[in-house]
Amino acid sequence: MSGSINTPLIEVRDLGIRLNTSRGPAQAVRGVSFSLKRGETLGLVGESGCGKSVTALALMGLLPDSAVVSGSIRLDGSELVGLSDANYGKLRGNRISMIFQEPMTALNPMHTIGRQVAEPLRRHTNCSAAEARKEAIALLDRVGLPDAAKRVDAYPHQFSGGQRQRVTIAMALACQPDVLIADEPTTALDVTIQGQILDLIAGLVAERGMSMILISHDLGVIAENVQRMMVMYGGTVVESGATNAVFTRMGHPYTQGLFRARPRLGARKGTRLQTIAGTVPELADLPSGCTFADRCAIVEDRCRMALPAVVDVSAGHGVRCVRTDVSMAEAVGAVGA
Amino acid sequence: MSTPMSASIEVGAATARPQAPTGFWRRALRHRSFVIGGTLSLMVLGAALLSLVWTPWSAYEIDVASKLRPPSAAHWLGTDVLGRDIVSLLLVGARSTIMVGIIAVGIGITFGVSLGLLAAARKGWTEEIIMRMSDFTFAFPAVLSAIMLAAVAGPGMVTSITAIGIFQIPTLVRLTRGSANAIWAREFVLAARASGKGGFRITIEHVLPNVLPILIVQATIQFALAILAEAALSYLGLGTQPPQPSWGRMLNDAQTLLFQSPMLAVYPGAAIAIAVLGLNLLGDGLRDLLDPRLARER
Ligand SMILES: Nc1ncnc2c1ncn2[C@@H]1O[C@H](COP(=O)(O)OP(=O)(O)O)[C@@H](O)[C@H]1O
Ligand SMILES: [Mg+2]
Repeated sequence: MSGSINTPLIEVRDLGIRLNTSRGPAQAVRGVSFSLKRGETLGLVGESGCGKSVTALALMGLLPDSAVVSGSIRLDGSELVGLSDANYGKLRGNRISMIFQEPMTALNPMHTIGRQVAEPLRRHTNCSAAEARKEAIALLDRVGLPDAAKRVDAYPHQFSGGQRQRVTIAMALACQPDVLIADEPTTALDVTIQGQILDLIAGLVAERGMSMILISHDLGVIAENVQRMMVMYGGTVVESGATNAVFTRMGHPYTQGLFRARPRLGARKGTRLQTIAGTVPELADLPSGCTFADRCAIVEDRCRMALPAVVDVSAGHGVRCVRTDVSMAEAVGAVGA
Repeated sequence: MSTPMSASIEVGAATARPQAPTGFWRRALRHRSFVIGGTLSLMVLGAALLSLVWTPWSAYEIDVASKLRPPSAAHWLGTDVLGRDIVSLLLVGARSTIMVGIIAVGIGITFGVSLGLLAAARKGWTEEIIMRMSDFTFAFPAVLSAIMLAAVAGPGMVTSITAIGIFQIPTLVRLTRGSANAIWAREFVLAARASGKGGFRITIEHVLPNVLPILIVQATIQFALAILAEAALSYLGLGTQPPQPSWGRMLNDAQTLLFQSPMLAVYPGAAIAIAVLGLNLLGDGLRDLLDPRLARER
């Protein structure tokens, strides 16, 4: 807790990530900047392959050794880029935690869930095995695992997907981290359980005053769970702002496309779901200009020249597009479309 | 890795769930290879243990007057060229075989598994060096390294154990590294790293338990290979030295009398075959029994 009230908890400046792909090194993430205050929640949305997970792993310092990270990531004012793995290990699970998409594979099949939840406590605090176990039971109880005291010694395969995700949440929260990164925490779960898990996460985040970065490909999940949001495409943030502001008036053609393509409840039968033409490009094929240019309906030559600058369309609402005058002429968002 | 693999098993089938012992044994006793292999292996082990407390005759006592006797009530399988009782030689020979096997596989597992785990955990140049060293060692078969070692340290059991042990290392390094890499790529390892664990703890707590089933199976196969290598080295006179009996030495002794008393070669040959077959069947059985994909279908 070294930083003052005013320094952001997390400050990312011009983050770039170069990855080795089968077709040589490629820039997976470019120019990502944002800051996150204590207790604030931020959403990261975009189609699969847009660089959301890679960005999250960069924050956790968990990218492969061959990845090259540029720019700056500060936690409470101290730089994380270039931190040794040993020092990063002291932060992971302690000050920054992460929940993964696949609860089926995120737990070690050979260890009991109680042991796995207690592990971060044993690693980061000097509590005894007995205390850690007691705390693990309390945590499992808090995340809504039925009969926690009895089931603490059971193995992962004895639980359903939703229950396992509750276990991984308990694991991530064991040491009361300052930041929780949830990477598609409900994507692998049944629709009926998704809401429960998201409510659980939101409740815990509020209760403990944590900051959260919630990653999802689903605009609906983002709309309901975070205060601010960033839309990612091709490794760049194409739009960012307060969730309300973005949903009221979407500025980027990609955000608008995502919004039009969202599945809607109660849509009249036979209404065609609109989709965005084309697919997310492979890393090696990312254009040097606007990454969305190849799929954009209002693309111009200048879009392909260089990565467009961020245009502030209102206070705190930025859009990385040179044609916001056209794209925003017709209001797309909660009221439009 | 472009070099061909020696006897080793499929990499990647690496997760076993802890089984209730009753469930494991119930399935095990219904598994034919496991039962036959286990029985044969236990027979060899039993022979070795029995020889510690009892043999029909002394295996060391030379009685040239009663050499090359055919089977009789006194000497169930007859006597060899020095008049020693064949049954006693086979029993004591089992002891040499098992001892060499255990120590050599112990050396192979200790170094092979540690280096394989280290290579998978550290990657980079550590992995590169370990793998190149293991390729280099792999190029020397046990017999060749035993000849070289014997030239320096003299022939004998220690020489053959060391040579066989070293010969086992590269196979185990490769198998361990391959299986460990597959575990390192699993999401629960990423989750463990996300909770702050370092490479050493992840290796001990997550990687090793998950590659263990594969290693257990491979150990039985390596044991069989060690027995063959020991017999070959003793046969060449580089391994167990007289008067210490071993199956390989018995083959060596029988060689000059192959036309006169062919059975002298058949007995130790059969003993070696039983031990090797038993261990291979046991390994086969364990591979099925420890495979979680099969275990889950109850
Ligand atoms: N370890 C890696 N090595 C090479 N390329 C990767 C690696 N991880 C992800 N990528 C690539 O980076 C891009 C972004 O991936 P990711 O961040 O996982 O997307 P998502 O937004 O779906 O989470 C994809 O094109 C993916 O193929
Ligand atoms: Mg992802």
